[in-house]
Amino acid sequence: MKAMSIAELTALRDKMKDRVAMREGSGQIRVVVGMATCGIAAGARPVLSAFVEKVGEAGLGDRVIVSQTGCIGICQYEPVVEIFEDGKEKVTYVKMDAAKAAEVVEKHLKGGVVVDAYTIGQNK
Amino acid sequence: MKELSLNVLDITQNSITAGAKHIEISLIENEEGILTLSIADDGCGMSQETVRRVIDPFYTTRTTRKVGMGIPLLKLAAEQAGGEVKIVSKTVEDDPDGHGTVISATFDTGSIDFTPVGDMVSTMCTIIQGHPEVDYLFVHKTASFDVSLDTAELRAVLGEDVPLSDFAVIGWISDYLQQQYQNENQ
Repeated sequence: MKAMSIAELTALRDKMKDRVAMREGSGQIRVVVGMATCGIAAGARPVLSAFVEKVGEAGLGDRVIVSQTGCIGICQYEPVVEIFEDGKEKVTYVKMDAAKAAEVVEKHLKGGVVVDAYTIGQNK
Repeated sequence: MKELSLNVLDITQNSITAGAKHIEISLIENEEGILTLSIADDGCGMSQETVRRVIDPFYTTRTTRKVGMGIPLLKLAAEQAGGEVKIVSKTVEDDPDGHGTVISATFDTGSIDFTPVGDMVSTMCTIIQGHPEVDYLFVHKTASFDVSLDTAELRAVLGEDVPLSDFAVIGWISDYLQQQYQNENQ
């Protein structure tokens, strides 16, 4: 493994250590991307990558968890993304792509406004 | 699947479901242009009967649908490129110390129907992000590059406080792999 990269990783660890301790238990939003065969074939990987990248960039890492799940059961709507937030109804986004994911991070996760156009209710 | 890397992402989920703690993913292309993909895990393994059935699209462990296309799609990709898929599996009863599954697939990269490998960096980042508790050894070798990643080494640097799935760590892994692919290509 390259020494330079390891030095960078070590620096990263030191920077993050304090932050990680604070993260537990704060009001959290959970973003769940369907990553079964159906989701992957429909393009879930770039959607997941976009959420990971944009949530990190937006500095939302302290209150947003991005996770993966198997088949959600609505394969025809893949890539499907579900957003769970305490005290709020679950939001299901369908037929997602990387650009839509970036918009959801900006408007929904950061701004608190659901992007209606991409929800399952608007796409039946 | 548009890229083999998507099949790799899909098939690796099976290893995780099987409770694997270590997963080795390797893509090795020899001088004759034959690519061998291998995904080896130390999960619970499958009985010989199950190994026979996973090739069948109408066999699945999922509960939401009655079809399981993961392995059939890999088999299709291999066979249309003049290769084949082999599965060797041992259950805990077969071998308490050496249980697990090795699925390997070969492809003739010169075949007109060879599916390009595609973005293995995204696949590895996605796998690690989804299940950071598992250790992964990734190797991708061809005549022009030799890329590798061992998450046990990263874990040794990061310690217990920082998970591999942290946004910044995934970003680092992506850059690290990207760099290896680029350096070797020059």
